[in-house]
Amino acid sequence: MSARYLTLAASLLAATLLGGCVAPKTVDYSAFKESKPRSILVLPPVNESPDVKATYSLLSQVTFPLAEAGYYVLPVALVDETFKQNGLTSANEIQETSPAKLREIFGADAAMYVKVTQYGTSYMVISSQTIVAATAKLVDLRSGTTLWTGTASASSDEGGNNSGGGLVGMLITAAVKQIINSSTDAGHPIAGIASQRLLSAGKPAGLLYGPRSPRYGTD
Amino acid sequence: MQNSTRQFRLIAMAAASLWLAGCAQQLKTLYQWGSYQPEVYEYFKGESKEAQVAKLEEDLQKIRSTNGNPPPGYHAQLGMLYGSLGKDDQMVQEFRTEKGLFPESATYMDFLLRNVKTGVASK
Repeated sequence: MSARYLTLAASLLAATLLGGCVAPKTVDYSAFKESKPRSILVLPPVNESPDVKATYSLLSQVTFPLAEAGYYVLPVALVDETFKQNGLTSANEIQETSPAKLREIFGADAAMYVKVTQYGTSYMVISSQTIVAATAKLVDLRSGTTLWTGTASASSDEGGNNSGGGLVGMLITAAVKQIINSSTDAGHPIAGIASQRLLSAGKPAGLLYGPRSPRYGTD
Repeated sequence: MQNSTRQFRLIAMAAASLWLAGCAQQLKTLYQWGSYQPEVYEYFKGESKEAQVAKLEEDLQKIRSTNGNPPPGYHAQLGMLYGSLGKDDQMVQEFRTEKGLFPESATYMDFLLRNVKTGVASK
């Protein structure tokens, strides 16, 4: 009688165990492993979205995932200030600085080049959605070699269920959400989620753990 | 039927606890963050630096009282704020603390300390 339940339960158990924390790796990490970066300089992200807030919204939230992954992350605001003092005010200009020069001033082993491809709220009749998407590239500042690339996005609509109420209910939900999404910097918390997805270690095709993590060398 | 439902529930609970156990390590962070990232965003938005210093110092007390570690950049951020408020002694002290906690920052902190007199860290 309970054979079906047992089979179901067993497969649920297996799926849970497998899905829990295992990260299948399909990416070539040989250059990354050889480089063994200890510190990462995150350059101000280039912004391809129409929202001018994107660069600093994301930059202010990159330290958490990278430091928790086990890397020393250079102080992002101070680094930005140093560039400004040296006449570099746009993210595009900053990202064109040579790896050798960056290494000389900041002493970082690697630099993270981030590009925001989407940031903001799109307004539609039924629903308005706030999306942040970004790409990242980790480059060894000693050799100029690319060690890793990644891409991630996050949306305000994730997990948001259409909780009944028919069309009228949906219209009210959309109107309320539009107010919420536009009245404040709705992209900022979404950018925080995107940043964690993009720059955390221990994920499929994600960054490797750094020397300050107890998991360093286990991936 | 009731019996198998209970069995299923039990196994589901076991699976849930296994899943939690598998990821338990992720719940513990390497650093105590306080409001470091929100205050960095306040800085970028040009909000009051006095208020940022007050919040960061307040959080630092809490971090210390639990024997926690502030994250990379925390003391450097404080140093920059002190520098821009004309408190160079405290700026120097914070940069040295950052360097002491994180030797990886030595090159950059030394660069900043060399430039103290020319006012590189002040806005």
